[in-house]
Amino acid sequence: MSDHPLITFMIVFAPLSLLAIGGASSIYAPLQHQAVDIYQWVGGREYLELFAIARVTPGPGSMLATLIGWRVAGLPGALVATLSLYIPCSVLCFGVAHTWNRYRGTVWHSAIENGLRPIAAGLMASGGVALLRIEDTGPFAWGMAIAATALLMWRPLLHPMILMGAGAAIFVAVRAFTG
Amino acid sequence: MSIEKETAITPRSEFAQPVSLWSLYKLFFGVGLMSFGGGLTAWFHREVVLVRRWMTDDEFFSGYSLAQVLPGVNSTNMAVYIGQHVRGAIGSVVALSALLSGPFVVVIAAASAYRYLLEIPGFQAAMAGIATAAVGMLFHLAIRSARGSFRHGPSLLVLVATFVSVGLLQWPLLPVILVLAPLSIAVSWVRKDAPKDAQKDAHE
Repeated sequence: MSDHPLITFMIVFAPLSLLAIGGASSIYAPLQHQAVDIYQWVGGREYLELFAIARVTPGPGSMLATLIGWRVAGLPGALVATLSLYIPCSVLCFGVAHTWNRYRGTVWHSAIENGLRPIAAGLMASGGVALLRIEDTGPFAWGMAIAATALLMWRPLLHPMILMGAGAAIFVAVRAFTG
Repeated sequence: MSIEKETAITPRSEFAQPVSLWSLYKLFFGVGLMSFGGGLTAWFHREVVLVRRWMTDDEFFSGYSLAQVLPGVNSTNMAVYIGQHVRGAIGSVVALSALLSGPFVVVIAAASAYRYLLEIPGFQAAMAGIATAAVGMLFHLAIRSARGSFRHGPSLLVLVATFVSVGLLQWPLLPVILVLAPLSIAVSWVRKDAPKDAQKDAHE
């Protein structure tokens, strides 16, 4: 393993980019295997710590790759890891989006568009459930999520920062009271 | 019915003036920096469809399905899709780099200060509270996207099947979509064609 770490990042992260089927959550297991077991860039506990950091900071949780790059090779490592993870899937997505938008207006295009719509709705609701599962905060969190949903149905343009600020304040207050 | 006619007649949303790359960058940079706790898709929808009207609901939701089916990170795929729709290749590059550049700095800063963050009282509770707000945004968007389906039996069935298999049973997403998408598309194909042919016949 005399290879330069930056080149190794490209070799490891670029294929993961195209393997992330159904979202980034599907690459955490292979990423952990590569980073902890095979290349030993970070230890198991450190990996979990970086995972938690990537989750609580803004942006995609998959910026975990950025943190691994940073731990191993500083700023260049962070840059190369980030680009290797996001560029391949973005190029593919661009190609598909370009083709997709070129045929807008044809009958089959609207058929596909309408056909995909209920699937998108089901996936969005599933995404919400998956988030609640990760947080693992019980019926109270569910109640809060449903309250936020109701609030948005009443005021769709309510600014997300207000919603998130209120959510954070209520949770902090409840934790403080219940210990 | 009237809605379907409208979307069929109106060409893809033409912009009075092209969206400037700077406003595209500002939007994605801001959302990237503020998107705690996931739910970026809901935020994109708010800004791009509701506030700025750069695309319609139909365009947004079909892009969302593409972003889900294609490999890669859903939020960055969505940024690429929106950027492409608004300004082509350069739009995709700008949206993607804007989305990632803020969090790139924040995530490294947070990793350097992680131990201090954990000692702030209430930090973890606040993060959990933010996450429930993000979930609420996703649920709301799901309901909005589902609106048309409630009046149409087969679409509603597809919606429920997707949610039960992916959301509740946690089946792998790709096979589920590969089965349900062709069925759902076929149904909407049949449904769309019927009234059009009837119209044509009436004219002739």
